[in-house]
Amino acid sequence: MESLLPIVIVLALASAYGLWHKRTRGKIVVKSDKGLITAGMIGSELGSRATLLQFSSAFCGPCRSTRLLIEDVTADMVDVAHVEVDAEANLELVRTLDIRSTPTTLFLDSAGHEVGRAVGAPKRDQVVKAIAAIA
Amino acid sequence: MTQVSNSVKVSTLIDARGPRFGAAITTVVLAAALATNNVWFIVAQAIVFAVGAFKGPQFTPYAFIYKTLVKPRLKNEFEKEDVRPPQFAQSVGLLFALVAIAGATSGLNLLFSIAVAGALGAAFLNAAFKFCLGCEIYLLLLRARSK
Repeated sequence: MESLLPIVIVLALASAYGLWHKRTRGKIVVKSDKGLITAGMIGSELGSRATLLQFSSAFCGPCRSTRLLIEDVTADMVDVAHVEVDAEANLELVRTLDIRSTPTTLFLDSAGHEVGRAVGAPKRDQVVKAIAAIA
Repeated sequence: MTQVSNSVKVSTLIDARGPRFGAAITTVVLAAALATNNVWFIVAQAIVFAVGAFKGPQFTPYAFIYKTLVKPRLKNEFEKEDVRPPQFAQSVGLLFALVAIAGATSGLNLLFSIAVAGALGAAFLNAAFKFCLGCEIYLLLLRARSK
């Protein structure tokens, strides 16, 4: 046994990063610059009130649970659309919207303005609240 | 108009707790490697990573231990997970392990330590925080490659 110091350092750094990651991921951040996203850009019609635009990828575990959560929350909402986009196949759009990791979910109003963004798997109550906030 | 494919295909689903249990064992093995500077820990771990990367994380020796000793004792309903995210993580782990082995065999001890430390950090994050490596780096790699 030469030294335990490297292990202690690695585990301390990883723990700090892990705690920060856990705190920030999934949080829905309200956007104020309101970029415009059109039906043409995402290849799918927008919801008449709101659209949840989810970016997913093949090597992403929480993408599946995020999809199931959003499908469940929006199941009875005819005016809210859920559009899931494969990030890998749409790198141009990924760059335009500055998507860096998956899942990333954008909350769009009826006109296609981005009003909120969740990086990582969002929580159910936050999704419900964010949809309700879109008039 | 941008061409958009709207569905991400789902492949095989496995018990999500299996890879996480594997990450816990991996953490212990990599910590032992880092503390002892013994390359044989990494050689053994590289073989496990290779099985996970090429055949699937549900076929590694760690997954076998999980299936035979741990799973029968768990009562909760299990969460299913796409097999591809943990498989991607195993591939990245294999890459780090190969760099570490290259470092050790060429006398670059610092390279060995850095590669093992990187893999240890990722394995620990996976085990302790359910960290998804593919979520964080895959898209960044794609964006960097096609710039």
